[in-house]
Amino acid sequence: MALVKDNPKVITSSKTSSSMATEKPEPKRPLIRVADFDFYYGEKQALFDINMDMKENEVTAFIGPSGCGKSTLLRCINRMNDLVEVARIGRGKIEVNGADIYDPRVDTIELRKRVGMVFQKSNPFPKSIYENVIYGLRIQGINKKSVLDEAVERCLKGAALWDEVRDRLDTSGLSLSGGQQQRLCIARALAVEPDILLMDEPCSALDPVATAKVEELIHSLKKEYTIVIVTHNMQQAARVSDKTAFFYLGKLIEMAKTDEIFMSPKNEQTEAYISGRFG
Amino acid sequence: MPATASIRKERPTEGLGFHKKPSKAKSTEKAFFWLFRLGTYFILLCSSVIFLTIFYKGSQTVFQTEFPFVNVEFLTEAPQTLHVFEYEGEQYELSDNNFRAFEEERGVEIDTTTYAYSGGGIWPCIVGTVLLVVGAMTIALTLGVLSAIFLSEYSKPGKILNAIRLSILNLAGVPSVVFGIFGLGFFVLAGPIFSFSPFEGYDFQFWPLPIYFGFAGWNVSLIAGCFTLAFMVLPIVISASEESLRAIPQGLREASLALGASKWTAIRTNVLPYAMPGILTSSIIGVARVAGETAPIMFTAAYAMRDQLPWEGLEKWTDFFFQGVMALPYHIYVVSAKIPQNEYTERMQYGTAFVFLFIVAGIALASILLRIRMRKKYRW
Repeated sequence: MALVKDNPKVITSSKTSSSMATEKPEPKRPLIRVADFDFYYGEKQALFDINMDMKENEVTAFIGPSGCGKSTLLRCINRMNDLVEVARIGRGKIEVNGADIYDPRVDTIELRKRVGMVFQKSNPFPKSIYENVIYGLRIQGINKKSVLDEAVERCLKGAALWDEVRDRLDTSGLSLSGGQQQRLCIARALAVEPDILLMDEPCSALDPVATAKVEELIHSLKKEYTIVIVTHNMQQAARVSDKTAFFYLGKLIEMAKTDEIFMSPKNEQTEAYISGRFG
Repeated sequence: MPATASIRKERPTEGLGFHKKPSKAKSTEKAFFWLFRLGTYFILLCSSVIFLTIFYKGSQTVFQTEFPFVNVEFLTEAPQTLHVFEYEGEQYELSDNNFRAFEEERGVEIDTTTYAYSGGGIWPCIVGTVLLVVGAMTIALTLGVLSAIFLSEYSKPGKILNAIRLSILNLAGVPSVVFGIFGLGFFVLAGPIFSFSPFEGYDFQFWPLPIYFGFAGWNVSLIAGCFTLAFMVLPIVISASEESLRAIPQGLREASLALGASKWTAIRTNVLPYAMPGILTSSIIGVARVAGETAPIMFTAAYAMRDQLPWEGLEKWTDFFFQGVMALPYHIYVVSAKIPQNEYTERMQYGTAFVFLFIVAGIALASILLRIRMRKKYRW
């Protein structure tokens, strides 16, 4: 299995990408770097020798069949896998902004403030919309009303939810529809002012209209955030991402610009998967 | 599809095939239905007989036909000796206090038949039981919730944890009298005492501080009873709390952590508040047990008779915890088994049982109301 790393030259010279509306002249630095990364659940190896870079202000999509390790890798980037008792790293490292996040000195709380996460199942807290958005600020001890009010408006606007809920910020976050709940979860993640947003199949439980709204939102968030999205939906990957990484059986098979992956995949497994022959 | 067609039974030639005579399966079904039904009815019958007897006999003691319709003496006085006598052709039944007043008023001395504990009321027992329940549940909930959080949120699953869970579960099956003996040995006889002045049996001073320490025992006291009862219900509280904590979706914990919460912050803000109604509900069963058990308090907290109420005659505030109290279950035991039986003691037994039932139901109701309020606050 050939492991195809993305080639920086290809990115800068490409002009065909429609999703990259504003092309910056200077090469972007990698914000997330995964190097020689092996990961285990107990005795079972879940990730094999992953090497990849994710650059600032880009959307990277992880695709692949169920159980291929894409969610596992995503959850490694903000160390959510620490919650799994038997999870451990075999080899390699993940760097965020040049710092090894599995260094024993790393404070996971600080890391998770920088690397936000949106989950597959929208999970608003059973509190008001207002309290949901500012949860991350409240637990930091920020209680000043003006700061919180400002944050609520900014984040809900950022998550394209403000106009729909501005009149009912006191109602429970659970009273919202599925798509609104997911955008509330995004707003909640934005409130902590992260650099990176990890999204674990954010649209898998949503209907097409809600999905379109979340995808639109991902587009607009790209200007300020680096986004990594896991998705089962290949059209979605094609629509929202700049780069796509294809995983299979715990290995990174191919990673390249989204257009290239979908138009001319170099690996035959990738081609088989995106053309729907398996997975 | 041909594959499914071949395994299908042939369709009955006429009708739908279920207008037949009752099949064997059907009559077995019916027999078991009646077995279950009669079993339930039998239990209902038994419990109604028990409750109706207590209500019927107890209400004769607690309520009366004249104003104020409630036997105030029974609810507000301490147990007293009952004097039964004849005076100027009339039959009297007076408790000790009233009898003395009666004699003084008329300036006579009357020969009477006396019946121990059959006069007066049960006020000190009510007070004692409420204090024991409140104290024991406070201790049990605090310790229980703390250890449940540790077991289900922090500890690593494995053999040791399973062993701990199993032993907690086994603890629930230990007879209450064993807890009574444990309480006697650990709290009554050897409870740790801190004091600002040297006391009998102290063996350690936090020098140079004037604090003295020793295992001098707490004697038969409210605090010894509370701890014994708390230890008795701890298994119930721990397993109930663990279950309630486990019922909280993992997603809430993950979402909190992903927003930069520490583990404890996540538990405090997004797990414990939602688990609390469940913990309280399951603790109701603990309340009933704490209020009802006689054996654990027999050696540790209960007095058969005490003239003073818990807040009377205290030299310092700590004395409040280190005094024995009367309690309803123990009082029922005393009037039913420790004194000669007669028609007058029966009134006390059923009256006490009646009030006892009401109090337990009242405490249970209070925790249900608290749960409803909490559920409203955190609706999901």
